[in-house]
Amino acid sequence: MEENDSKYQAFFVNSVKYMTLTTTKFDKRKKWQKADPREVRSIIPGSVIEIFAIPGQKIKEGEVILTLEAMKMYTKVQMPFDGIIKSIDVAKGDRIPKNTVMITLE
Amino acid sequence: MSFKRNILDLRKRKKEAQQGGGEKAIEKQVAMGKKTARERIKAILDENSFHEYDLFVEHTGRDFDMEKKVLHGDGVIIGTGTMYNQPVAIYAQDFTVAGGSLGLMHARKITKIMDHALKMRVPLIGINDSGGARIQEGVNSLAGYGEIFYRNTNASGVIPQISVILGPCAGGAVYSPALTDFVFVVENISKMFITGPGVIKTVLGEEISMEELGGAMVHSEITGNAHFFAKSEDECFEQIKKLITFIPWNNAQKALKFPIQEPILMKSIDEIVPADPHLPYDIRDIIKAISDGSDFFEIMENFARNIVIGFGRIQGNTIGFVANQPMYLAGVLDCDSSDKAARFIRYCDAFNIPIVTLEDMPGYLPGVDQEHAGVIRHGAKLLYAYSEATVPKVTVIIRKAYGGGYIAMNSRHLGADFVFAWPTAEIAVMGPEGAANIVFKKEIDEAENPAEMRKQKIQEYKDKFANPFVAASKGYIDEVIEPSETRARLIHSLEISASKVDPRPAKKHGIPPF
Repeated sequence: MEENDSKYQAFFVNSVKYMTLTTTKFDKRKKWQKADPREVRSIIPGSVIEIFAIPGQKIKEGEVILTLEAMKMYTKVQMPFDGIIKSIDVAKGDRIPKNTVMITLE
Repeated sequence: MSFKRNILDLRKRKKEAQQGGGEKAIEKQVAMGKKTARERIKAILDENSFHEYDLFVEHTGRDFDMEKKVLHGDGVIIGTGTMYNQPVAIYAQDFTVAGGSLGLMHARKITKIMDHALKMRVPLIGINDSGGARIQEGVNSLAGYGEIFYRNTNASGVIPQISVILGPCAGGAVYSPALTDFVFVVENISKMFITGPGVIKTVLGEEISMEELGGAMVHSEITGNAHFFAKSEDECFEQIKKLITFIPWNNAQKALKFPIQEPILMKSIDEIVPADPHLPYDIRDIIKAISDGSDFFEIMENFARNIVIGFGRIQGNTIGFVANQPMYLAGVLDCDSSDKAARFIRYCDAFNIPIVTLEDMPGYLPGVDQEHAGVIRHGAKLLYAYSEATVPKVTVIIRKAYGGGYIAMNSRHLGADFVFAWPTAEIAVMGPEGAANIVFKKEIDEAENPAEMRKQKIQEYKDKFANPFVAASKGYIDEVIEPSETRARLIHSLEISASKVDPRPAKKHGIPPF
């Protein structure tokens, strides 16, 4: 077997190069990204029932800014810290998947 | 005379009940490319060996006009028969009867045959082809599922339980197969999911086909729920018939001994493995080179391909093989491969099948996704399974045995009975490149030509540690052997271990990290 055998690709484990094949699941894995605290994301798929904030509004930590219905339950989404609403990224009635940016803060 | 009339009446009733959902429903079943429940049972069991029970059981639904409906056998066929003249219990859901939906009596029939199988200590084969719970029967359907799961769990590790998914298997129904030992799926026919595409679309707006969501390949390759993938029902039945030759009928027995066959070597075992530890090869070629007749029956072939598991025979006796696969992801250990191997090791241990481990891996797969997916917890399953197993355990280190992976792959320290190493083995705390960077950091940093110094130090480390002799000097491996001696050493070590006794502290059960 030659190193330039085109079937195999370079793969690094602990900074050592191995020639190998990969699996579909490995290729499809999601790259990790650092979460931006200014983005309020859905942690569960659901529907936006009510939005209580408007852009530019100053809101205190813990206040409810949005109600999301998921799995037959109304989930209250709270302000994560004292701040100002930069934009509302969803509309009332929207059906959204998990990890959707719902509200952006400043 | 009336006696004859009774017999004729019985025959008539039987014939009618055996029609299941009737001609039209059978036509529909065939049009979907599926066999009927009865044909499936016939195809798996020895000819004319099937005996059916509860043919005349009727459903107990009394709401929503259900009392007016006749559902023959309540949508499931149960019975006993033989495979290779050995007794087995079997049930098959009949999709032609109310979509194979599960009501109370349907479940009672299944639990009846499960109870028989466990009491008689014979394997249980379940053929799933059902639309799910019979909604009209309400909580009784749920009760039925629960009673099946309870029995699956009780029978686990006592009798082999085989699930064959030949149609939809959705919602709660999927958990019975998930609790059994081996799950067989067929392309375009098997569909398994908790929540179907319809609900997912309504609730989440995500559009996906049944095949993409929970088809046979998805469960073989992505989820790891299925152990055997086939292109057709006939191929699937052949796989079942082959699997059953490798496993004992219950946990108090050993698998049937077969006539001894020498491996059929395509090339010398010395030529399969490249000496350069960075180059791949197919570990299955090594397994074939040491198994009787080079016959290796791989399990979960498409899932976590970086580890290979399956059955073969040595001197006619069934062996469970666990082997790193350098051809995929360099053979690393990760969440999925640890999970896959650990469950198989526990299967082998429960059913008295010796385990042969072939090791060639560079360590655990680095990455955020692995760490966050719980590689600590999943990796621990492998340590647990090997340490817990009391069947004969033999390890052959082919090339790389680095770090945590060296410990995990049935090392002496986890209770291996025999550990052999090829002269190409590199048993070390980490690969020479990484180790040299740490151990000789100062020398490398301060050298006039760091790159040259690094190369020199890597070589120094390699010469000193990347070999089997350091571990051999501590007795961690028993013998350094030539590749061509592998089969002979395995034969001998397994013979020596045949009456192995390895008592463990009394306990109700351990708490493995699952």
